[in-house]
Amino acid sequence: MSWNWEVIFSSLPKLLEGTLLTLELVVISLLVGAVLSIPLALMRTSANPLIRGIPLGYTFFFRGTPLLVQLFLFYYGLAQFDAVRESIFWPYLREAYWCALIVFTLNTTAYTTEILRGAIQAVPNGEIEAAQSIGMSRALMFRRITLPLAYRIALPAYSNEIILMLKGSALASTITLLDLTGMARTIIARTYMPIEIFFAAGCIYLLLTFIFVQLYRLFERRMLRHQAARTSDASATS
Amino acid sequence: MKSILVGLLAMMLVSGNALADKIRIGTEGAYPPFNMIGKDGKPAGFDVDIAKALCEKMGTDCAFVTQDWDGIIPGLLAGKYDAIVASMSITEERMRAVDFTNKYYSNSLRFIVKKGTDIDTGNLKGMSVGAQRATIAANHAESIEGAKAKLYDTQENAYLDLSSGRIDVLVTDMLPGYDWLKSEQGQDYQFIGKTIDIDDKIGIAVRKGDGKLRDRLNKAITEIIKDGTYATINSKYFPFSVY
Repeated sequence: MSWNWEVIFSSLPKLLEGTLLTLELVVISLLVGAVLSIPLALMRTSANPLIRGIPLGYTFFFRGTPLLVQLFLFYYGLAQFDAVRESIFWPYLREAYWCALIVFTLNTTAYTTEILRGAIQAVPNGEIEAAQSIGMSRALMFRRITLPLAYRIALPAYSNEIILMLKGSALASTITLLDLTGMARTIIARTYMPIEIFFAAGCIYLLLTFIFVQLYRLFERRMLRHQAARTSDASATS
Repeated sequence: MKSILVGLLAMMLVSGNALADKIRIGTEGAYPPFNMIGKDGKPAGFDVDIAKALCEKMGTDCAFVTQDWDGIIPGLLAGKYDAIVASMSITEERMRAVDFTNKYYSNSLRFIVKKGTDIDTGNLKGMSVGAQRATIAANHAESIEGAKAKLYDTQENAYLDLSSGRIDVLVTDMLPGYDWLKSEQGQDYQFIGKTIDIDDKIGIAVRKGDGKLRDRLNKAITEIIKDGTYATINSKYFPFSVY
């Protein structure tokens, strides 16, 4: 086959336009997910089985079904009910953009909740007991001790979730959005050059992931600098 | 020793021929009534019936392969099947990638809206116009001045969004549109505006350079039209001629 560089270059502006939408969807859903996951993770670690059960049902559904199915149910499914179409939410639910954003957010929140739940439970007991022994209130202890420690434990696992979300966002193209993948598919429909265009789109995804991994590494190094000090101390003494 | 070799060679040639004579037909399976997955889980519809009739005329076995629409030409080029019988319009763009047989039916475009909506099809400024991605209808939707084109992976998803009201107008091939309007889901909808004649001829796509297969298909198309097989299949789906 003949490789057509020209079509790649001429499609780049459109692909970058799609990249912006991809980034927008991913960044917003991740940020909202990061906030929403805190109370949910707290509930998940509650001693009360009822409080524990509600977020469990939610994370069970969103982690147990494919993102594509969630998107279709939410976008095509909900819209078939008159009650939904007549509700005050319809101006938003009507838009594919909001549907994608809501589903992505719900999806990433579910995963983040479970990551954070695991991290909270992994906070060493000694730290909790130390906080209790000096009479910290539960709220203060959570804010000053549990959460900061849990975040440090969760950091490495959370970077995976970000990468998965970035790649999962390609499914936005199935509900008419022109994200990076949607744009690529629309260009392919006109040019019949799937290999070149998907190659270009793949390179952009790879580049995004690469940039993100680098930034995240810097962030992690800063957040976990106490550990870095410990390991370099150990290597210095040995 | 020699005779064994000759025998083996002969066997290989024979089996090679037998393999070569089985034609694999690519179709989408999501475009009723032309091609869809029937109740028995196998491809069915006008395209499939025509393809079967053609294979019978050519005296070959046919196997059907279903493939998503926007990957259907790449799949042909990659050799996953030998011919596309999937209601594909013969267009110049596609002819750069594949060869086509003569037409086996003709198509035009129509607009579909909800019954009772008053829309001037000459002025669709600011409206959402839906169509299936990578189709003539999509090209038309994208070319409407001032309208917002929304493109769907399958025709069925486009119908879903028409019924949810996310799109105001659907541009569709007339014949599948006609079939949908007759169905239960489509009863609240209607064609509006004039037929958009786009000189749309539907042919069978084969790989460039596969002239032998194209000639055989062309001959078979002429034959099924002549002996009435075509008319029988046609009347099974439409009360008017679609050729």
